[in-house]
Amino acid sequence: MGTQRRFRIWRGDTDGGDFVDFDVEVNDGEVVLDVIHRLQATQAPDLAVRWNCKAGKCGSCSAEVNGRPRLLCMTRMSTLPPHQPVTVTPMRTFPVIRDLVTDVSYNYQKAREIQAFLPPKGVQPGEYRMQQVDVERSQEFRKCIECFLCQNTCHVIRDHEDNKAHFSGPRFLMRIAELDMHPLDAADEEGVDRKRAAQDEHGLGFCNITKCCTEVCPEHIKITDNALIPMKERVVSLRFDPLARLLRRDRR
Amino acid sequence: MTTTSSSPPSGIVPPSRTQRARAAISARTLRTDRWWVSPLVTAIVLGVFVVYTGVRLFMRNDYWVAEYHYLTPLYSPCLSASCAPGSSHLGTLLPAFPLALPLPILIFPILAGFRASCYYYRKAGYRAFLLSPPGCAVTEPGMRYAGETRFPLILQNLHRYFFYLASALLLINTYDAVLAFFPANGGFGIGLGSLVLLINVAMLWLYSLSCHACRHIFGGRLKHFSKHPIQYWFWTQLSKLNGRHMQFAWTSLITVMLTDFYIMAVAAGWIADLRLFN
Amino acid sequence: MTEIERHDFDVVVIGAGGAGLRAAIEARELGKRTAVVCKSLFGKAHTVMAEGGIAASMGNVNSRDSWQVHFRDTMRGGKFLNNWRMAELHAKEAPQRVWELETYGALFDRTKDGKISQRNFGGHQYPRLAHVGDRTGLELIRTLQQKIVSLQQEDFDQCGDYEANLTVFAECVITDLLKDGDAIAGALGYWRETGRFIRFDAPAVVLATGGIGKAFKVTSNSWEYTGDGHALALRCGAALINMEFVQFHPTGMVWPPSVKGILVTESVRGDGGVLRNSDQDRFMFGYIPDVFKDQYATSEQEADRWYDDPDNNRRPPELLPRDEVARAINSEVKAGRGSPHGGVFLDVSTRLPAETVKKRLPSMYHQFKELADVDITTEPMEVGPTCHYMMGGVEVDPDTAAASVPGLFAAGEVAGGMHGSNRLGGNSLSDLLVFGRRAGLGAATYVDTLGSRRPLVRLADVEAAAQRAISPFRADTDGDIAESAYLLHQELQQAMNDLVGIIRKADEMELALKKLGELRRRADHVAVEGHRQFNPGWHLALDLRNMIAVSECVARAALARAESRGGHTRDDYPEMDPEWRHVLLRCTQDADGDVRVERTMQIPMRADLVDLFELDELKKYFTADEIPEGTD
Repeated sequence: MGTQRRFRIWRGDTDGGDFVDFDVEVNDGEVVLDVIHRLQATQAPDLAVRWNCKAGKCGSCSAEVNGRPRLLCMTRMSTLPPHQPVTVTPMRTFPVIRDLVTDVSYNYQKAREIQAFLPPKGVQPGEYRMQQVDVERSQEFRKCIECFLCQNTCHVIRDHEDNKAHFSGPRFLMRIAELDMHPLDAADEEGVDRKRAAQDEHGLGFCNITKCCTEVCPEHIKITDNALIPMKERVVSLRFDPLARLLRRDRR
Repeated sequence: MTTTSSSPPSGIVPPSRTQRARAAISARTLRTDRWWVSPLVTAIVLGVFVVYTGVRLFMRNDYWVAEYHYLTPLYSPCLSASCAPGSSHLGTLLPAFPLALPLPILIFPILAGFRASCYYYRKAGYRAFLLSPPGCAVTEPGMRYAGETRFPLILQNLHRYFFYLASALLLINTYDAVLAFFPANGGFGIGLGSLVLLINVAMLWLYSLSCHACRHIFGGRLKHFSKHPIQYWFWTQLSKLNGRHMQFAWTSLITVMLTDFYIMAVAAGWIADLRLFN
Repeated sequence: MTEIERHDFDVVVIGAGGAGLRAAIEARELGKRTAVVCKSLFGKAHTVMAEGGIAASMGNVNSRDSWQVHFRDTMRGGKFLNNWRMAELHAKEAPQRVWELETYGALFDRTKDGKISQRNFGGHQYPRLAHVGDRTGLELIRTLQQKIVSLQQEDFDQCGDYEANLTVFAECVITDLLKDGDAIAGALGYWRETGRFIRFDAPAVVLATGGIGKAFKVTSNSWEYTGDGHALALRCGAALINMEFVQFHPTGMVWPPSVKGILVTESVRGDGGVLRNSDQDRFMFGYIPDVFKDQYATSEQEADRWYDDPDNNRRPPELLPRDEVARAINSEVKAGRGSPHGGVFLDVSTRLPAETVKKRLPSMYHQFKELADVDITTEPMEVGPTCHYMMGGVEVDPDTAAASVPGLFAAGEVAGGMHGSNRLGGNSLSDLLVFGRRAGLGAATYVDTLGSRRPLVRLADVEAAAQRAISPFRADTDGDIAESAYLLHQELQQAMNDLVGIIRKADEMELALKKLGELRRRADHVAVEGHRQFNPGWHLALDLRNMIAVSECVARAALARAESRGGHTRDDYPEMDPEWRHVLLRCTQDADGDVRVERTMQIPMRADLVDLFELDELKKYFTADEIPEGTD
């Protein structure tokens, strides 16, 4: 049942590193993370990999397999070309800690810079009323497991480290969209302009909608079509469309 | 397994957070699939379209088949006094153009602007022409990147205006398609040309209605769908179309080219229109 | 030793799942400087795995629901072994805790009139589970995570520092709690990333570390579930109760190996899925116990009719209680009638049209398609029992969540008592919120009572704890062979699965205890390669000690309880015994690391709560002496 496969795994840390080849047994039905675990148990006990639930629900084991951003626990060996070595590297957009583990603190910093949900004043707990059709758009974005694969694949920061300062990445632009579409968010009443923040503080304009974030999303969230482009359209109304400005009172 | 004496219990002191670097991997991409096929095909098809329409815009002939009332969408509406007799069904609002000036000088920028600023073509174009990025997880060659924050790309935000203008043109195209069922000899008639125009205009409608700006205008901008059931219904239907915006973008691009080519072929007398009825 | 990074807090919360985050929010809102310390990244806790929903008697779907009904359901589910005060508080406070989530930004599925929708679930009399599709746990964790962020933003607005009052230490592991005399004084941990130590000086510590599932081979639990909180509590002198009660879910995936243990939801059977063995026999008909004979169908024809006409037919035996089904599957596999990968077949493909399966069970369809390459609309699933939840945990005061050690608090799965011998689906998420909040409140109140007389951390204790933590790097093997943490872990999991698993026998548990003793010895010889920077071998070596200690509690308590009840099934004592109902097995550890189990008595239930039940029902569980007089 088991077959021998060659794995090329990047090992190293911030000071440098290189690919290390391993020949390892692979059994029927296994995913890449199983093989990494076998390597830990048999050949490389200190091979660092981040993982948690191993069921595609927590978004911890993000890395790149054969150059593609993937969850290691959801990448079945049978989906990879059989006669080539399997290349595994850490996510390339974030600083490496060790081997396959990267420092994703950029994401937590950005998360903190987005104004949180603002509860409506005067509505007591238990009195919130929302219609299903009004919550569904934001619910799609709340499926996000924060694996940060979209952040990793986004060329705006993957290829341009300097953009990290003023670009929050698809995951967090989607978070703004989620709040902007939340039926009871009181941003307007509190004088918070989420659209302006998306454009000016979180770099929505840097997004050139090349959709790689949507391609890699393991939750199949339509990040570009349902979050980023609608946000861009809302910014257009705010900034680039005087006609819509006049009509804006019709918005809610 | 042995204990390693090379690793003292206190551990190797790792670098502090601020000094961190990315994994030192030199390869531009480690993808093993043929990721370059898609941008290459995009570049070729778009390139063919640009060359073809460029040539056609300056040709200034074979855009109107008077006998069957076929007007190519590339020239519609034809507003100059230089237009072929009968092709200016909205009247000749503009004077005669010098030869160097294409007749659809006002029309074409709208069509081109609508397509170029379309959220789908933006993706395709950025990938295929600006290589920004050429493929997902493939390093782009450019050194600096400002996305759509500066001139000229900030103008992409005008897509909604192009949508309004292109929609107006599409109404005229629809009128053209209807007209093509009423040939010059009077009465109702069906030719291959009128069917081609009809299919083309249908594809253009699908492309326009599935546009992201359209979806926004019809309902996406709302915060509470439940308070606007009609707009919500439109938004739901448009969202379904929007899921296939890419397919409509390509199909309508190709139907426009084919329609124009067919009309040119008939107008130039290379082929005769296949008449099915009258 | 080099200088150790040091932090001062009022409250340190260990664990960033639902209970930990809710505790931290409460403590911070009460003005306490609070730290959350978690092994994983922020927002990855096991809570994300919860699917079904949060049980709370809001009565949005059926207005007859009330806390009393919820309380009754919970006690029945736990076979009346529950700490009744916890069950009472839980039932009373759950609705408030759920509504509160909405003010943090949660988006639950809605009813037609815009309220939170509630769904039916096993053991709950009315539709009671607030939910978001099948990802309620994710919604809960993300909501609490974002509430933490919003509190940090408040601090930033006030003093320019996000972390002024509430700090999250992610990928940071606490290895030992530090005491001053009897009371908690702080904790020592290390950063997974760098391997450097970090010391917290804090008078109150809230344990919210979850369960122990990773001590078992087949489990639906994640990597983190290594019983850290249980072990920390034991080591600092607190007691664990109910450790013999481990919930095994009858249907987990068994193949492929990568997903072994992942849950197959109960609604597969509820919607018509049947269990078959390798002879294609619907074996459950042979496993209906006498007490259930009247309620379950005896023929396939009758069982099939039940789905359409439940009033005139009896239920199919596939819908027997979880423990019965799990035991039956176990027996079939042992008798050699299992599926190729050691489970049995669960089949909906021959029972329902493909479209119906996809509509009713979308996540199951997706799960099998993506992970097992099995199309459940055309072929059967292979399933087997999987370790799911630890009912036992730290003995706490119901109102304050305080453990017996001053300054130590526990909430969530790591706390014991609330669920008795068996937890109802949906009650775990509400447990996290209700007792997470109470633990935060308890800790804050405790800190207030201390005033300026705070316990002090002794440097010698820090040194000792640090030495203990790095000992695997210079394992003293006494000339024995150096052990691998990975292999020891595999042996532990195998032993617990085989010997203290779903069906227990005295001789097997004796064997398990022997094995655990051996593993404990060998664990001292675990040697770790490499350095301390993100070294998974080292991390596992430390987790392993915790798992072994906790496993010993499970085995000893299971051996002592000579009856079968809820999540504890004894082959040699198959009946439930009222004499054992009020007995709690209390597990402690002495300075040498030896585990002891002693009996204590449950406090009798308050009269007004007893009155919520019919006498006939109580008679099934209570001894004659316990039945209150004059109630009939």
